[in-house]
Amino acid sequence: MNVPTDLRYCPSHEWLRIEGDIVTVGISDHAQDELTDVVFVELPEVGRAVDAGDPAAVVESVKAASDIYAPIGGEIIEANPDVESDPSLVNTDPYGKGWIFKVKAKNIEDASSLMDAAAYEAHIS
Amino acid sequence: MSDLNRTPLESAHEALGARLVPFAGWYMPVQYSSIIEEHKAVREKVGIFDISHMGQFLVSGANAEAWLNKMLSNDISKLAPGQGQYTIMLNQSGGVIDDLIAYRTDENDYFLVVNASMIGEDLAWLQQHADPEVSLINASEEWAGMAIQGPLSADAFAKVCPDETLPPRNGIATTSSGAIVCRTGYTGEDGFEFFCPAADGISYWEKFIEAGTAPCGLGARDTLRLEVGYPLNGNDLAPDRTPIEAGLGFFCKLDKGEFMGREVLAAQKENGPEVKLTAIQYTSKGPPPRAHYPVLAEDDSVIGELASGALSPSLMTGIGMAYLPVAHSKIGTKVQIDVRGRKFPAEVVKKPFYKK
Repeated sequence: MNVPTDLRYCPSHEWLRIEGDIVTVGISDHAQDELTDVVFVELPEVGRAVDAGDPAAVVESVKAASDIYAPIGGEIIEANPDVESDPSLVNTDPYGKGWIFKVKAKNIEDASSLMDAAAYEAHIS
Repeated sequence: MSDLNRTPLESAHEALGARLVPFAGWYMPVQYSSIIEEHKAVREKVGIFDISHMGQFLVSGANAEAWLNKMLSNDISKLAPGQGQYTIMLNQSGGVIDDLIAYRTDENDYFLVVNASMIGEDLAWLQQHADPEVSLINASEEWAGMAIQGPLSADAFAKVCPDETLPPRNGIATTSSGAIVCRTGYTGEDGFEFFCPAADGISYWEKFIEAGTAPCGLGARDTLRLEVGYPLNGNDLAPDRTPIEAGLGFFCKLDKGEFMGREVLAAQKENGPEVKLTAIQYTSKGPPPRAHYPVLAEDDSVIGELASGALSPSLMTGIGMAYLPVAHSKIGTKVQIDVRGRKFPAEVVKKPFYKK
């Protein structure tokens, strides 16, 4: 399973790419593999304020709907329209074109408590 | 998981990388690679499902025909040896206990294939109304079962059983090696169900895989059956719903004589049911509809909830079935499906959702 070392991870399988105080969020390769066939992504509303742990998006496979949680508090500043029109991007490119939303973090330091790649790999093994 | 029943094919599923989940008291494969790919394999070529969890009852005796005709809704006297029919086991108030296929294997011998989750209840109900001159045997644990489904299913049969002939649609035959072959299925495709002694299960499963059938799990089985509007007991059928309400009146022969639940069905047929199991399809893009999502009228009033729902892999749109008041069940009626508080437009359509 692909676990890029430049990202942070949540126990609920979201990944975070941190650039300044902007955090891009998606779901891990492990999560997409568990879900299989992503057929629908419900995106968060841009401008919405979120706390860490708030349900922000929904990723649905044929069998189940899974909440995607905001990994950090802040404001949703962008949502990926490409995964809305082609949900399978979450399966085929989970760390790239399959990103789901971006948060402008209130306190970016909060991200330092999240798992690094080694810890996440241990979490899923 | 130790309290779950195990299929005789479990090791074959594990070797194929299946995801096994608890289902109807069994530990069964829900998918191997991808539900959508498995679904398409059945629609376009041929797939194989483990149905070892399903129940088989053997009924025999000179009075078996008369007794089964009292316990089941369809007219079993119409079956010649080698033929089968879809039929329904009803309670006294005309509600559905189980839906099943009954085959006449000989003049006084019958083979019933029932839902896995209902083996115990069906058996208890039949025993409660037993006829001393009719023998009823639960053979469910002796058999491994597999359903081979899809346009190329007959080719797969010819490869695995080269000296045998497939029975005609709804027919049943026994092979020279003692396997039972029923020309039926739950996918809307040509196909057959194949029952063999549990110990031979893996060997036949592997032969069918070698013959080109794609292993398919319960996930694809559910989307395939829903696309053709087949009901799933527990979702679409229930003890407080009658077959008339479920749109299965064709399988209830009210003129065959007395049978369990008949008066209720006759009255309902006479007066018309208040609700009908109604096929609903999205009219635009939306999240997959799922069981228990509320169904709303155009004026936002709640008129029911989905009994079954899915994203149809063939149509790539949301489909579902719900018991709706008759006034809202006419084809073309606009409705809405409430998904997590958001409303998605849909309309009543004719079954099946998917046509060849």
